Amino acid sequence: MAAEKYSMVKALNEALRRSLEADPKTLVMGEDVGRLGGVFRVTDGLHKDFGDARIIDTPLAESGIMGTAIGLALRGYRPVVEIQFDGFVYPAFDQIVTQLAKMHARALGHVKLPITVRIPFGGGIGAVEHHSESHETYFAHTAGLKVVSPSNPVDAHWMLRQAIASDDPVIFLEPKRRYWDKGVVDPLGEAALPLHAARVARAGKDLTLVAYGPMVKVCLEAAEAAAEDGHQIEVVDLRSLSPVDFDTLEASVKRTGRAVIVHEAPVFLGMGAELAARITERCFYSLEAPVLRVGGYFAPYPPSRVEETYLPDLDRVLDAVDRALAF
Amino acid sequence: MTVESTAGTATAAVPELVQLLTPEGERVEHPRFSLETTPEELRSIYRDLVLVRRFDGEATSLQRQGELGLWASLLGQEAAQVGSGRAQRPGDWAFPTYREHGVAWCKGVDPLNLLGMFRGVNHGGWDPYEKNFQLYTIVIGSQTLHATGYAMGITKDGTDDAVVAYFGDGASSQGDVNEAFTFASVYNAPVVFFCQNNQWAISEPTERQTRVPLYQRAAGFGFPGVRVDGNDVLACLAVTRWALERARAGEGPTLIEAFTYRMGAHTTSDDPTRYRIANELEEWKLKDPIERVKAYLVREGWADQEFFDAVDAESEQLARRVREGVRNMPDPDPSAIFENVYAEGHALVDEEREEYVAYAASFDGSEEVGEGR
Ligand SMILES: Cc1ncc(C[n+]2csc(CCOP(=O)(O)OP(=O)(O)O)c2C)c(N)n1
Ligand SMILES: [Mg+2]
Repeated sequence: MAAEKYSMVKALNEALRRSLEADPKTLVMGEDVGRLGGVFRVTDGLHKDFGDARIIDTPLAESGIMGTAIGLALRGYRPVVEIQFDGFVYPAFDQIVTQLAKMHARALGHVKLPITVRIPFGGGIGAVEHHSESHETYFAHTAGLKVVSPSNPVDAHWMLRQAIASDDPVIFLEPKRRYWDKGVVDPLGEAALPLHAARVARAGKDLTLVAYGPMVKVCLEAAEAAAEDGHQIEVVDLRSLSPVDFDTLEASVKRTGRAVIVHEAPVFLGMGAELAARITERCFYSLEAPVLRVGGYFAPYPPSRVEETYLPDLDRVLDAVDRALAF
Repeated sequence: MTVESTAGTATAAVPELVQLLTPEGERVEHPRFSLETTPEELRSIYRDLVLVRRFDGEATSLQRQGELGLWASLLGQEAAQVGSGRAQRPGDWAFPTYREHGVAWCKGVDPLNLLGMFRGVNHGGWDPYEKNFQLYTIVIGSQTLHATGYAMGITKDGTDDAVVAYFGDGASSQGDVNEAFTFASVYNAPVVFFCQNNQWAISEPTERQTRVPLYQRAAGFGFPGVRVDGNDVLACLAVTRWALERARAGEGPTLIEAFTYRMGAHTTSDDPTRYRIANELEEWKLKDPIERVKAYLVREGWADQEFFDAVDAESEQLARRVREGVRNMPDPDPSAIFENVYAEGHALVDEEREEYVAYAASFDGSEEVGEGR
């Protein structure tokens, strides 16, 4: 089978299928992942092909899902957990933070927990409360967890396969508003980058836009728009939020001298805070402007009819780009 | 009525499912639960059932027309909700999930209030103190703990109010729900746990949540559990009343499992043909909660065609009001994002509000932002 045009949903589905085929210890578990194929259909068809024992519809209890995934991992399995929506991971948060993240250290390395926690995250799909949150910082702030977020179908496919193959717990944040974006994926090929490498998604010399997951697309569009005004904007797709590929970031900002960080999560104590601090530390003498951040506001994610105001969009990104360039 | 506080385990004499009105509309007696109703009350119950179903149907249509982003239909669960809703006194509190439109109706909540969150103009937004109807809770099971805590407060205050906590068969697996059972039991809280077992949690059948009938779970926590025909409004009314009386009398919590069926999709986003067979639906259609009340009213000669026509006309009026109300529901001002984040305000929220207002104003041409834009 050659390369094919896949939606991100299909790319993830194919990654799960390949991983299930590659390792009989790999399991998929979560609410409605079986016959229904998940509410976003990411697990579509897997139940039919791999059966009840490997594609596990769990009781409705996220702490239970996470805790039993840990037990299964202790027994040698490789669970891929699906949390139905971002806002429903919190019942599992205790298990994730106190157990999943820390058991390897507690056991002085005798225990490995190769668990992937897939979470559709972020807004922009017109949903009701708890279905649009960006909580990456909670996880990235916890040592012991690795956190990644693909921005496109190709990365979604390869990063999920790499995450599942990883012996560390990986929080895998899927930008749900990009689920239906298309890209050419060749499942028989190989990953272009290691899981935790950032990628320069567009080259430029005037300013670096830093984003991950859902906001990469917005930044690419902003770079396109800025080009019409004669500005060459570089876009770095971070891909991995913990660890962060600071070397790629540093090299980019040293080239451009300016950085604007964009995410949906609130600006206050968001990923941008850490990134801005690191960029400042590493690139101080190259910086022509303070590192700016564009993100959600310090308020609960709003009702869908006003979510466009809350979410960074082309205008807000360009506004920040202009401010940075004006220095 | 005297009922011993057993765990409600079935015996030969006591059928497992409490039923007072058969699907054919025949009034039957139950050894433990009796109910006196006047013809007038029955007509009023019928009216509630019909109006609630009509409201629900209208909301589904409004979603299809793009006026609502989502709708969680209660189709098939009208009796469970109207029965348990009518059993409550005005001072009692209900703690709903996202599907308790019929309970809201019985509590006197304006149905339009329920639609804001489904349209995406707010997250609920009604004042729960107005009708003692808590905001809808989307995170499965959370509200059962709130209900229990509220009930603990009632005990401290020494009043004889009580609380009804609503949740589903799927929710019964959540830690929160099991913790609520524990707290309610230990503090003997005046709370009725009303579980609508509609057989499905999205695509997962109840067997995925439990190996025993859900009402039997109560025994392990130390309070009685009863399974009631959830499509029998009279049984739901009688059993909930009984449980509320127990709560008021200081006898503690009760678990009621209303055995019913989700006749529609989980929500308008769901496609149930992917996971359940049509046969099941056909079987449950024969147990419709409204048809049996109508049959009973007709059989007894307590309602005539004129009455049924009047209720239908009223339900069309309600639908019209809901339709117009939703279409005219204004979008919030975007700066509302910054309102009500804190009771006492917060400097960062204020700062970001100001930033936002200035930024938004830049699009009115009243202020120039950036270069080359
Ligand atoms: C904590 C949490 N996990 C997952 C969900 C997603 N979800 C919404 S409704 C639902 C099923 C609920 O089933 P049940 O409790 O039986 O109630 P019903 O919808 O049938 O009325 C799920 C899994 C959620 N809202 N909250
Ligand atoms: Mg259910």
